[in-house]
Amino acid sequence: MKFHRIYALSLRHLYVIRSSLPRILDLIYWPTIQIVLWGFISKFFATHSDFYNHTVGVILSAAILYDFLFRSSISFNMLFLEEIWSRNFTNLFVSPLKISEIITALTATALLRTLIGIIPAILLAAPFFGVSIFNLGPSLILLFLSLYLFGITLGLLVTSGLLRYGPAFENVAWSSLFLLAPLGCVYYPLSILPDWLQILAKGLPLVYIFEEVRSILLNNVVNYSNILSALILNLIYFTSAVGVFYLAFSGARKRGTLINVGE
Amino acid sequence: MNIAAIEVNNLAKQFKNTLAVNNISFKINKGTIIGLLGPNGCGKSTTIGMMLGLIKPTSGTVVINGQNIENNRTSLLEKMNFISPYIELPKKLTVEENLKVYGRLYGVKNLEGKISEIMEKLNLTEFKKRKTGELSSGQKNRVSLAKALVNDPEILLLDEPTASLDPDVGDKIRTFIEDFASKKGATILLASHNMNEVERLCHEVMMMKDGKIIDKGKSSDLINKHGRKNLEEVFLKIVRE
Repeated sequence: MKFHRIYALSLRHLYVIRSSLPRILDLIYWPTIQIVLWGFISKFFATHSDFYNHTVGVILSAAILYDFLFRSSISFNMLFLEEIWSRNFTNLFVSPLKISEIITALTATALLRTLIGIIPAILLAAPFFGVSIFNLGPSLILLFLSLYLFGITLGLLVTSGLLRYGPAFENVAWSSLFLLAPLGCVYYPLSILPDWLQILAKGLPLVYIFEEVRSILLNNVVNYSNILSALILNLIYFTSAVGVFYLAFSGARKRGTLINVGE
Repeated sequence: MNIAAIEVNNLAKQFKNTLAVNNISFKINKGTIIGLLGPNGCGKSTTIGMMLGLIKPTSGTVVINGQNIENNRTSLLEKMNFISPYIELPKKLTVEENLKVYGRLYGVKNLEGKISEIMEKLNLTEFKKRKTGELSSGQKNRVSLAKALVNDPEILLLDEPTASLDPDVGDKIRTFIEDFASKKGATILLASHNMNEVERLCHEVMMMKDGKIIDKGKSSDLINKHGRKNLEEVFLKIVRE
């Protein structure tokens, strides 16, 4: 891998973000709306629920973390879709860019794009709702890492679909995370799900991440086995998704779909 | 001695039930400009796609500077470039930003100087801060050409480089390509439907039909061989046979 090529692809997307104030506002707008909405819902539950009694921050913290995951995945997809929409796809693939460099550049740029959106929302939660995500302590770093890995994993799978099926796969890019959200147990404990769904849900790192968030905020207990389970699952899924992306690229070369891809 | 920059050996590509390229072989010597002519759907783009490593051949090999593109894609693409009217540069980036991005992708040394030089030669300096999407098709075409030349390619694949341009801009682009090829000694494959352009620029011409190369030679030799007045008439004769 060459840094100058990774930097070049990141720079291409940074130019786009930098050049448009509406685009930056759009990145900030949705996470902020989410946090405000969940802030009020959280306040309501905190005063009317036994489970969440005196723990205003649980739902809101979960909402912030889930939005971080959502933005990571969508950002990765968006960066890739941007190349299809601008009909620049072929230019990139006739350049010396390697697949590993594309993945690295999109992963790094997606993080920046996600942070632009989520940091204002995090900062807003403290003065408006008295909730700080930093109450999760040092574990927060590992939880963010896990969520980011899962977001990029989903992004890789969706972009593999775009390589396989072309721009028609775009709708899946938007809906992929909504499909997994009910199983992820973001706002409720795993025990709420029927037994057979719990078996499926345990295959998702999200369950361990959000169980851990509740464990820290409700019981003040850091359960490292949850964090470790989430990281191990994420590494397995991420490695598999990279493999799927390589296969999708190879398949696209065989079908000749890398040339003239565009809307 | 003639040294082959590009060697295509028994190249074929099958898409499901369609044989897009049917066992073609040719060599392009270093420093020559070769025209690739043929009707729409004859396999020109598929051939170019395989030469760039964008499409995996069903059989056969593409050897660039003595190396198989399948195994050396990254290192060979550093020395190659490509333009086509069917692909575009990011519209939201300025001309200068696009050239900076592609210059870095190709690892160009002294990039600022290189960009200034190319923009000056292609009369793009006044547009350097303009968004690429705001330019006219002629201006966009020149920006695409600038991108294709930013790495001083040894091998340049041009797919209809002057399509949809007015005669004046088209002529300037042709002059620029001629100039670039003679000064840099670049090897160029030019796919075009503009027969005057091909006659003017190319040392030799290959005619493709139904995935095969059915004739090749100097333009003047093909005109004499087929008993026609110009290359356009040769093209029409071959296509309609």
